[in-house]
Amino acid sequence: MTNTDTQLATLDAEGLSLKSVSLWQITWRRLFKRKSAIVGLVILGILVVIALTAQWIAPYDPIKVLLGTEPVKPRQAPCIHLLGCPADQPQHIMGIDGNVRDQFSRLLYGARLSLMVGFSTVTFAIVIGTVLGALSGYFGGWIDNLIMRIMDVLLAFPSLLLAIAIVTVLGPGLINALLAIGIVSIPAYARVVRASVLSVREMDYVSATRALGGNPFQILFYRILPNALTPLIVQGTLGIATAILDAAALSFLGLGAQPPTPEWGSMLGAERNQVFTAPHLVFYPGAAIALTVLSFNLLGDGLRDALDPRLAHISG
Amino acid sequence: MFQYIVRRIFLSIPVLFGILLVTFALARLIPGDPCRAILGEKATQAVCDRFIREKGLDKPIYVQFGIYLGEIARGDFGNSIRFSMPVTRLLVERLPTTVELSFSALFVSMLIGIPLGILSAVKHNSWVDVLTMVWANTGVSMPVFWLGLMLAYFFSVILKDTPFWLPPSGRVSPGISAPPFNEVWGLTAQQGSALDAIYQFISRLNILNALLTANWELLKDAVQHLILPSLALGTIPMALIARMARSSMLEVLGQDYIRTARAKGLTQRMVVLKHAFRNSLLPLATVIGLSLGSLLGGAVLTETIFGLSGVGRTLFEAITARDYGIVQAFTVVIAVFFVVLNLIVDISYAYLDPRIRLE
Repeated sequence: MTNTDTQLATLDAEGLSLKSVSLWQITWRRLFKRKSAIVGLVILGILVVIALTAQWIAPYDPIKVLLGTEPVKPRQAPCIHLLGCPADQPQHIMGIDGNVRDQFSRLLYGARLSLMVGFSTVTFAIVIGTVLGALSGYFGGWIDNLIMRIMDVLLAFPSLLLAIAIVTVLGPGLINALLAIGIVSIPAYARVVRASVLSVREMDYVSATRALGGNPFQILFYRILPNALTPLIVQGTLGIATAILDAAALSFLGLGAQPPTPEWGSMLGAERNQVFTAPHLVFYPGAAIALTVLSFNLLGDGLRDALDPRLAHISG
Repeated sequence: MFQYIVRRIFLSIPVLFGILLVTFALARLIPGDPCRAILGEKATQAVCDRFIREKGLDKPIYVQFGIYLGEIARGDFGNSIRFSMPVTRLLVERLPTTVELSFSALFVSMLIGIPLGILSAVKHNSWVDVLTMVWANTGVSMPVFWLGLMLAYFFSVILKDTPFWLPPSGRVSPGISAPPFNEVWGLTAQQGSALDAIYQFISRLNILNALLTANWELLKDAVQHLILPSLALGTIPMALIARMARSSMLEVLGQDYIRTARAKGLTQRMVVLKHAFRNSLLPLATVIGLSLGSLLGGAVLTETIFGLSGVGRTLFEAITARDYGIVQAFTVVIAVFFVVLNLIVDISYAYLDPRIRLE
């Protein structure tokens, strides 16, 4: 980045460039021209605010059992004063869960975990995937063959099943579930990085750097990898969506977050047999997962279109 | 073409080997003592020692891997601990459920997804297009397990006592007779033979069996039971297919030969279905192939929710119960199925686009 900046500054000083607009400014502008991307950004913004302020906006402690402190029963239906629930009853806008806790507060706290799950697994997968993909694409030969065949094997298993197997080996728990989801999503990033390394490896500017005596790591990190940044961002945003879904599925099966952690997947899993009698306990956590995943999907699609150079002539 | 297929098959051999290696390693890494997991908690040390010697578990790990490879080559997957029967028999019993579920989910998703995608490309930017895209984006974002539970709640509780009621679980209602087709047809096979296994497999595919035996009562009941799980499992691929059909159709519709086709006076219907659709099939084939893989993962969740004992749920339960035999066999079967699927997708590319096989 700093390199480009100084170059642009030099160009400016020499009066060669018109008004310089960075890639990110263009992307940002294009992103705001798409309604779906804006919707995604807004939902995501709200979720981030909820996650950051959960301890102040949640009406109850998410793991506190209300039995004895309030006249409520397990799995009580939602009580909203505005919708005609008698004022002498305590308000629980999403009802009470099976362990007599306030579902709404648990849902708010769940946003924290869900976002954390998404970002941490994808960061892990991107870091490892980038290293593997870069080595594979840059050095080629047997290194490439070895790494890519391993990736093929990982891709040969349905990702959720492989994640289940890895969690079983590591033992159930949120951290292990994150690790498992991170591992199964490595191949996607390794492939993206390898493809973009291959596409620029033989270009003149790379040969020039090599001729100037740049060492392989310099070339790889400063000359080649920046080209992989845009596909990685798109893949990563969409990957967060998948990671959140998979983590929720693992927790739903009891392999991820353990009770009483307020995690949406495990909240849903714990009450799944009560769906016919207390549907609110299944509906809200699932809707929260869907909304979060939707926001990342919309944003990822928007970014893909905004970062696509083929569309550069349309707007800018 | 033939050369291309042979080359692709050879390329998948190292992947298959890798799959066996990973499966073997994972099964060995699952924490817990295999002897006590298999023979029970009360097995004495002497019994365990003999068990370990007999099973070859005292040999070096690479020898064990060799034994494992040999067993698989002979089609011997060992016994299941919990069900105390050969894993292959269990597979014959459970696989049909998953096959039926996956294929009907894929069928539903293609049946709705492809026309919807084409329609929204043809009517680009109309309300049909906007609605389809909103729905497609929502579709890929919904957790399978949530969608399944909500569908079950809606169709079997809210729509109770209406003609739209659908059963929330199981494959057939109790009391529906489902005689296997081979008995109806008077075919017999020796118990335990391969032919017998094939008969059993086919007769457990309820819909196929109902068609083969003209059992309309069973057909109606089985279809009713399949609708909700297929919708739950099929929604994500449906959304992906609709999106891909739309975008590849849009790309094709913008090309010169389409304008030529229009200029020579072909009807819209001819242009879209004959000229454009064929060329938009290639990316669609990718998505459909990849979806089948995710269907298998989704099957774990769908089968759990709808109380179906298929491969996915059995495997999940086996993993948590450390039933090594099932874990090894079922994972291998699923992964091999996946590899074969990718092979078919690649070959269908070569068929659909001659440029690929000539490279």
